[in-house]
Amino acid sequence: MAERLLIVGNGMAPGRMLENLLEKAPGRYDITIFNAEPRVNYDRIMLSPVLSGEKSYEQIVIHGDGWYINNGITLHKGTKVTGIDRAAKTITTDNGLTESYDKLVIATGSVPFIIPVPGHNLPGVLSYRDLDDVDAMILAAKARGSAVVIGGGLLGLEAAAGLSEQGMDVTVVHIMPTLMERQLDASAGYLLKKAIEERGIKVLTGANTKAIVGNGNGKVEGVELEDGTVIPASLVVMAVGIRPNAALGKLAGLTVNRGIVVDDQMRTSDPDIFALGECVEHRGATYGLVAPLYDMAGVLAKTLIDEPAAYNGSVTATKLKVTGISLFSAGDFAEAKDREEIVLRDAARGVYKRLVLKDNRIIGTVLYGEVEDGAWFFQLLRENADIAEMRETLIFGQGFAGGTPLDPMAAVAALPDEAEICGCNGVCKSKITGAITSKGLTSLEEVRAVTKASASCGSCTGLVEKLIGLTLGDGYAPKASKAACGCTDLGHDDIRRLIVAKELKSIPAVMQELEWKTSCGCSKCRPALNYYLLATWPGEYVDDNQSRFINERAHANIQKDGTYSVVPRMWGGVTSAKELRAIADVADKFNIPTVKVTGGQRIDLLGVKKEDLPGVWADLNAAGMVSGHAYAKGLRTVKTCVGTEWCRFGTQDSTGLGIKLEKFTWGSWTPHKVKLGVSGCPRNCAEATIKDIGIICVDSGYEFHIAGAAGLEVKQTILLCKVETEDDVLEYTGALMQLYREQAHYLDRIHKWLHRVGLDSVKQQIVEDAERRRALFARFAHAQVFAQVDPWAERVKGAFGHEFKPLADLRLAHAAE
Amino acid sequence: MDSDWLDIGTLNDIPKRGARVVKTARGDIAVFRTMDDRVFALDDKCPHKGGPLSQGIVQGDFVTCPLHNWMISLATGEAQGADQGCTRTIAVRLQEDRILLSWPGLAVKAA
Repeated sequence: MAERLLIVGNGMAPGRMLENLLEKAPGRYDITIFNAEPRVNYDRIMLSPVLSGEKSYEQIVIHGDGWYINNGITLHKGTKVTGIDRAAKTITTDNGLTESYDKLVIATGSVPFIIPVPGHNLPGVLSYRDLDDVDAMILAAKARGSAVVIGGGLLGLEAAAGLSEQGMDVTVVHIMPTLMERQLDASAGYLLKKAIEERGIKVLTGANTKAIVGNGNGKVEGVELEDGTVIPASLVVMAVGIRPNAALGKLAGLTVNRGIVVDDQMRTSDPDIFALGECVEHRGATYGLVAPLYDMAGVLAKTLIDEPAAYNGSVTATKLKVTGISLFSAGDFAEAKDREEIVLRDAARGVYKRLVLKDNRIIGTVLYGEVEDGAWFFQLLRENADIAEMRETLIFGQGFAGGTPLDPMAAVAALPDEAEICGCNGVCKSKITGAITSKGLTSLEEVRAVTKASASCGSCTGLVEKLIGLTLGDGYAPKASKAACGCTDLGHDDIRRLIVAKELKSIPAVMQELEWKTSCGCSKCRPALNYYLLATWPGEYVDDNQSRFINERAHANIQKDGTYSVVPRMWGGVTSAKELRAIADVADKFNIPTVKVTGGQRIDLLGVKKEDLPGVWADLNAAGMVSGHAYAKGLRTVKTCVGTEWCRFGTQDSTGLGIKLEKFTWGSWTPHKVKLGVSGCPRNCAEATIKDIGIICVDSGYEFHIAGAAGLEVKQTILLCKVETEDDVLEYTGALMQLYREQAHYLDRIHKWLHRVGLDSVKQQIVEDAERRRALFARFAHAQVFAQVDPWAERVKGAFGHEFKPLADLRLAHAAE
Repeated sequence: MDSDWLDIGTLNDIPKRGARVVKTARGDIAVFRTMDDRVFALDDKCPHKGGPLSQGIVQGDFVTCPLHNWMISLATGEAQGADQGCTRTIAVRLQEDRILLSWPGLAVKAA
């Protein structure tokens, strides 16, 4: 006769253990389960999607009633085990049953920790642990109203997001200074807080709950904080943590510390009683995440059929299951003397990646915003792999390691067979690819059904889909990345980052290291690379003239007939009799057919022959004029009105400020052209609100507008902020131009760049973070040291002479023919 | 001097991935030098709107016209991609580092 196996608890851990056991030894035990919850085994990880309404209870059931019947398992739902008689080897239940066992498994899970503040037992105060809690929350949310979630950890935030989805006005109260401090460092915690707040959820950190306040009817009315603030709430969710539910073990006289103590075979102090899951303590550690529980389940299943197995503890990784927020953390990421770190921040995209290294090994990682490489880093961490060789590009993830080009599939293809893809269910790569091949699977759903990969929290769905694509080939191709041009698979952002990371300082170096597919690039990528290198390595990079468009190579604008136009700079649109005289003389001397006033308040000489350019420039230089860069992806003009000097409405010296701005910014190279405007009052005669950067003077200071344009697209500027002094205007302008120079894709004007990165990110870096602003300003000022050289004067002196002279003149030879 | 080939200068007179103009009584000729030091000569006129090809960006064996970004083959003078048109090529060769342009090649233009 089969041995009797009794299981107390019907959560995910014993469920997984039984699956393993039944697979290995189907008839070995006569199995009975007692479940205090009146339910079958469901996926507790998915409570958050149920709360937010993305899933229903039926969708998260792991084992339906049929499974128990088919496997001959007796399931007592809603039956609580109240005692164990170890001598008689029996258990008793709250409904009077007594059952004997040969082997007993305790899997009573955990209980939520309730802070014993006054009012903690009022109706309307819930924990967040099981489906009953979720049902109660959904019911409470139907009345809309306000909710307070106490606890800014994983569960608390998921609860908050879910309640917010259900239409409640939610405040998260967290005692620590940053959210999820056990899983995230302060930087990632900050990004997370911003993302949570963007969902309309209020977040109070460093806030200590003093009491839960009830109304006259004994219902919850609000939460009172230590500082006396009362936040109104009709629902309070306590999600401050869990502790192992070891009561039954204690009652039975088993060894219990924080949890029921087990050895590496999951055996308690009684050789016939085992325990697993959140109720146990193993080598001093307790666990609250699903992956370690599944590890334990595998070990216990083997122990129960007398196969050798040992649980050695788990390093855990965390993901947050809130739609639209991606974060990943694993290992130890505290700072310490003997540790080093690699950090990548892309504030604009809200991406933060940090690796903590010790002796060239990853010991911890925090990823926010872009978490695709989490599995790979986690793998390296668990394998204790030496990363010295790929250290330089490690942070860019597997796709870049060793300089291989970024192919969306490459990173997945490169994963070793044993790499864990699904952390929840402990599914490795080879198990997925093996199942696809051997069972002929063709869809995500089938792969989920067979392997369980991505079947729990679902955050590895993208990886699993890529694996399916890799294994099946065509028909499952993921979206192609937006490559900069046909010469590379990399996008502009990737190129820019790799130039910095790999310290690439020439176009050939970029093409070599990033494996360009063409020998010398094309007319799309070369000007972009030339700009990126120039912007990244000011004073160091040698400009590649042959990779510039003709206008920037010739420092004049090519016209339809192959002649050029010449526009000298007129600072702030102000000129003089002397300058005008020189321009008139040049027009006469070189027979220049057209002289026209431009929209940027200067004068254009049109129809100049290329050979004449150096001569024209020499005469203009002699009168004190320099290039107006009317041809450049760079600073063009600063248009002004007359301001306080003349105008009866002027509030500030707009002309003077315009001249200062132009003297400060001229010569700078930028991703696309940059036009400035300064208007002396809100009447805006300088049309500053359609400029890339526009200043509107007002009595109290200066409005700083950005992202206007009047080209193919007409864009009105957005008011970024108001500043008080002219120096402020200069600082903000320099900082903004530098941020644009560092982040924008080549040929994106400021408005396009802003649209891509978002106003909030620019505001944060230019307005809110003064230190960052000053650093940007300093980098701009540094670059200007090398940029403010008049290109005309250089060429007048003979530089690039070949550009302006024909190679040979055979007209005489022909004449002699 | 070989009567069929005109010496118009040295290879180093033209920047790599660049071009220089040779003036003739019948219009400008663009002489190109590629990254790997081969030379080509075309009429300095894009088949599209007559843009000066000598002012374009040289990429591989092609030049992008500075006016409207047509891409022209240096070897055949043919417009690439969806664009249709052809610019006349003129025979040109290197002897040591001297660039020699075909005299009869130039004359073809008269036809």
